[in-house]
Amino acid sequence: MQKSRVSTGLKRPGRHRLMKGLVPYLYLSPTLVLLAVLSLIPIATVFTYSLLDNVIITRDAPTFVGISNYLDIISKSHFRQALQNTLVFAIASVIAHFILGLSFALLLNTNLIGANAKALFRVIYILPWVFTASIIAILWRLLLNPNGVVNYLLISVGLANEPIEWLSSRQLALQSVTFINIWAGYPFYMVSFLAGLQGIPTSLYEAAKIDGANGVQLFRYITLPQLKPIITSLAMLDFIWTTHQFTLIWMTTGGGPIRSSEVLSTYTYKTAFSAFQFSQASTIAMIILALTTFVAIFYVRNQRMAAE
Amino acid sequence: MNKAFRSLVTLVAFIVAGIVLAQNVTLEFAQWWEPELPAGEFRALMDEFEAQNPGISVELISGPYSTTRDQIVAGAATGTMADVVGLDGAWVNDFVRQGSLASLTALMGDAGYDDSELAAQIQLGGSTYMIPVVNFVYPVFVNEDLLEQAGVDAPPSTRSEFAAVAATLTDPGNNVYGWVLPLSMELPNGIQNDVMSWLWASGGSMMADGQPNLVGNADVISVVEFIKGLYDDGVIAPGVFSMREPDKVEEFVNGRVGMMVGSLAWLNLIRDRNPDLNFAITALPAADDYMGPRGLPYASWGIGVAENSEHQAEAWKLVEFLMSSEYNSKLSSIANAFPGNVTSTPDFVETDQLFADAFNVFQQGYLANEFVGLPVAENLMRLFDEQFQLYLDGDLSVDELLANAQEAWLENF
Repeated sequence: MQKSRVSTGLKRPGRHRLMKGLVPYLYLSPTLVLLAVLSLIPIATVFTYSLLDNVIITRDAPTFVGISNYLDIISKSHFRQALQNTLVFAIASVIAHFILGLSFALLLNTNLIGANAKALFRVIYILPWVFTASIIAILWRLLLNPNGVVNYLLISVGLANEPIEWLSSRQLALQSVTFINIWAGYPFYMVSFLAGLQGIPTSLYEAAKIDGANGVQLFRYITLPQLKPIITSLAMLDFIWTTHQFTLIWMTTGGGPIRSSEVLSTYTYKTAFSAFQFSQASTIAMIILALTTFVAIFYVRNQRMAAE
Repeated sequence: MNKAFRSLVTLVAFIVAGIVLAQNVTLEFAQWWEPELPAGEFRALMDEFEAQNPGISVELISGPYSTTRDQIVAGAATGTMADVVGLDGAWVNDFVRQGSLASLTALMGDAGYDDSELAAQIQLGGSTYMIPVVNFVYPVFVNEDLLEQAGVDAPPSTRSEFAAVAATLTDPGNNVYGWVLPLSMELPNGIQNDVMSWLWASGGSMMADGQPNLVGNADVISVVEFIKGLYDDGVIAPGVFSMREPDKVEEFVNGRVGMMVGSLAWLNLIRDRNPDLNFAITALPAADDYMGPRGLPYASWGIGVAENSEHQAEAWKLVEFLMSSEYNSKLSSIANAFPGNVTSTPDFVETDQLFADAFNVFQQGYLANEFVGLPVAENLMRLFDEQFQLYLDGDLSVDELLANAQEAWLENF
C-alpha cells in the first residue's frame, strides 16, 4: 500500500509538469500551424527550388545545382538593371511619400482652417489610397496616354509642343511609374502622421513657445522627434512594400520599354510565367526575400528599441 | 412493420443516391472564352452537352485570357489542372514538356473518333495535344472615311502601297496616323500579330528545320526594315513601346489611325464602341514582288485535356461535342470566328458583309502562325520585342537585331 502511494506520488508531479510545459505550445499551436503553412513551407519550397534545376516544368527529375542559379542570376545584366530600378523606384517612392505625407498631415492638423474644410480635404487627399492598384494603373494609363488629359493640358498651356510619351519612352517610363506609385501611396503616410501629430501633447509646443522657439524650431525639435518612431516604421514598411510592387508596373509599362522600368517583381514574373524558368524565378524571389529581410531586421530592432 | 418499411425505404434511397452520385461526373473546364462571348451563350452550349450526356456536368472556370493562362500554368505545376482546358497554341509546347496535357491522339483512338473533319491539330512528337476549336484571323482593318478624305481609292495590297497610304493618312496636327503598332512588354503578342504577320503574308518564314532562322534571312530583314521605315517616317501612332492590343483597337475605334492589323474577334466591339465608324477588311499587304498565297496570322481558341484528369473519357466527349459540325457552327457563330470543323459554316458569313469579306480573305490565303507549338512562345516574342524596340530606337542595326534575337531564341530551343 505504502509502495503504491509513493509510486503515485512520484508520477503525478512529472505528468503535471509535462502538461504545464505543453500548455503554452498548445495555445501557440494555431499560430504555429498558420505560420508553417503560410510562410515556412512556401519559403522552404522556393529555397529548395532555387538550389535545383528542371523544377516544375519538365517531367525529368530535378537536379541539384547548389548555388549556381544564384551565380547565374547575379551575373545577368537584366537582373542588375532590375535591381537598380527597384532601388531607384523604392527609395524615390519612400522619400516622396514621406515629404508629401508629412506635408499634407501638417496641413490637415493646422488650426487655420475650419473643421468642415478639414474633413473635405481629408477625403480628397486620401482618395488615391482607396483605389486598387489595377484601377490606379488603368487610370494613369489613360491620363498619360499620348492622347491623354496630361498631354492635352501641357500642350494647351504651352508647356509641351507635342505629345510626350510618358510610359513609352525609355527616359521617362521609370520616372512615370515612380510618380504613379508616389501618388498612390502618400495617403498612408498622411493618415499615420496625422494620427501621430494629434498625439503630440500641446504642452510641449506651449513650453517651447514660452522659451522663444519659432515655427521651424518647433517642427525640428518637437514635431520630428515625436514622430520619429512612426517615421522609421513607415519608411521601413513602405520600402518593403514598394520593393514588392508588381501590379502597378506590370499594368502600365510591363517593365518596358525594353527593360527601362523592369523591377525585380516583374522580372521574377517573366522568368517564371513567360520563360518557365521556375528555378531561376525562385532564386530571384530568394534574393528579394534576403533584401527585404535585411530591412525587416532593422524594423524589428527599431520596434524593440522603441518598446524599451 | 411500419418502422421496418420506413427503414427499408431509407436504405433504398441511400443506395439509389449513392449510385447516382457515383455515376455523376463533374468536368472542370478552365477557359477565357465565356467572358468574351455574349452573356449566357457558352453556358447554354454546356447545358446542351449535359442534356445529351446524362451523368456528366460541366463546371466552367472562366476568367480573362492572361488570368486563365496563369491558372493553367499553376494547375499544371501542381497537378491540379482542370479536366478540360482552353489553350492558346503558344502554350502547348510548354505544357507538353511539363507532361500536363493528355495525348488527344490516344483519346481519339479510344473513342473511335474520325478526325477527318478537324481543320487543324497541334501536334508534338506525332501526338495531338490541342485542337483549335475556333480561329480568329488577323486581317487589316481600314478606316474608309479617312481613306476617302485622303483621296485614296482602294485599300493597299502591297507594302509600298501601304507605306504610301499610311503617309497620306498621317496628319499629326489632327492626331491622325496611318498605322498602329502595339509593342508592349506586358503582352508582347504584337510581335506575332503586327510584325511577323507581314513576313507570313509574303510566304516567308522565321524558322528553318525547326530552329530559328533570323540571321541573314532576307524575308525577315525586309519586314523589319519596312516597319522601321514606317516608324522613322512618323506614320505610326505614338505610344508604340507601351501599347497593348486593346489600346490599338481603341485608337482605331476613335478614328485616330487609318489602318490596323486586328483580330476578327474585335469586329463587334468596334461596332459597339463606334457605330458610325465606316471601315472595311482587307488582306495583309504582301511584298511588292510576291504573287503567291498569303499567310494569314491567326489565334485560336484551342482545347486540350489534362493528363491529371480522372475523367479523360468524359473530357473527350466534351471536346467531341464542341468539335461536332452542329455545335462548332454554333460556337463559331456566337464567337464571330472561323470554325475548327471543316464542315461547319458560321451563319454570319451569309448575313454580314464584313465577315463575308474576311471569310474571302481567309479562303484565298492560308493560316500561318509560326509561334504555335514553339517552346516558351510568349517569351520568344518578348525577347524579339526587346531587340526590335532597340532597333526602332536606332540603338541597333538590323543585323545586330536579328543576331541578338536569334541568340536569345536559341537558348530556349
